[in-house]
Amino acid sequence: MGALLLCAAVAVQAKEAPAAAEDPALEKRTLAIAAELRCLVCQNQTIADSDAGLAVDLRNQVREMLRQGKSEKEIRAYMTQRYGDFVLYRPPVNSNTVLLWFGPPTLLLVGGISLWLILRRRNQLGADQFEPDEAEPNPSAAATPSSAQETPRAAQPTSHP
Amino acid sequence: MKRWRFITPLALFVVLLGFLGVGLNLKPREVPSPLIGKPAPAFALPRLDNPEASLAQQDMAGKVWVLNVWASWCTPCLEEHPLWVDFARRNPTPLVGLNYKDGRKEAQSWLARHGNPYATTVQDTKGLVGIDYGVYGVPETFVIDKQGVIRFKHIGPLTPHVLRERIEPLLKQLNA
Repeated sequence: MGALLLCAAVAVQAKEAPAAAEDPALEKRTLAIAAELRCLVCQNQTIADSDAGLAVDLRNQVREMLRQGKSEKEIRAYMTQRYGDFVLYRPPVNSNTVLLWFGPPTLLLVGGISLWLILRRRNQLGADQFEPDEAEPNPSAAATPSSAQETPRAAQPTSHP
Repeated sequence: MKRWRFITPLALFVVLLGFLGVGLNLKPREVPSPLIGKPAPAFALPRLDNPEASLAQQDMAGKVWVLNVWASWCTPCLEEHPLWVDFARRNPTPLVGLNYKDGRKEAQSWLARHGNPYATTVQDTKGLVGIDYGVYGVPETFVIDKQGVIRFKHIGPLTPHVLRERIEPLLKQLNA
């Protein structure tokens, strides 16, 4: 059964290969543009990668337009006119996608700066600004978690100028 | 002031939850069409019943009409088909079928078997007209007004809800 499926796959490839062999330069340009267009059927693949019927059709369309001398810009315009911006695999940077492109790095920056400011402010506080730990039954007992925290904090004001 | 320390992270979390809620309800399979409000792309395709004759998009000018993209090899098309058969009986709006990437014999026997609600069916064997209409799957349905402008697109099989709540009211409005 596996062998039969493999034969079928190879047979399909054999049909596709002659078209590609006609003009390798054209094929290269086609695939370069196709790699920037999303396959709307398998939405996380480009039409260069996808084997869906629509992907094959659109690849042929790209190839045909290149043969007619159209530019990459014209081909992308053709696709977005029909399928919208979603067909561009790399979302364009415009007013709709500003949050998508700049949101995560901005959040990271804001979070990082906040963390840095908070840590810096904590370093500058005297030990008495912190809530006192609960009274320990055995303050000299070895390595209870709260006493392990207590000691470094008390040491900080003297070790940081 | 100490209360802010607790409220701020919670507030941020609630905002993120809001985004998550919206995002989970979005349907990425339903790609919004950039053609809504634009003129329906021109076509001239051979008719299924008579390949010598053709139907062009401008033949429908002056009429409100519905274009339904279907294929005999498409299972969801079979699911929605009874709704169209019923629609054709009740509603005088012309229903044009765009037979997408299909064979003539297969399309004809499919209609013979399941009923033919279409005023006309045209054959888009290569799928090129489909590309012009931004078709990326079957079935898809378009509502086009008297000026030839696309006013509505439905992706996937028709449901009674969409027919009743979206398409039929729109047809009434466009015909008024």
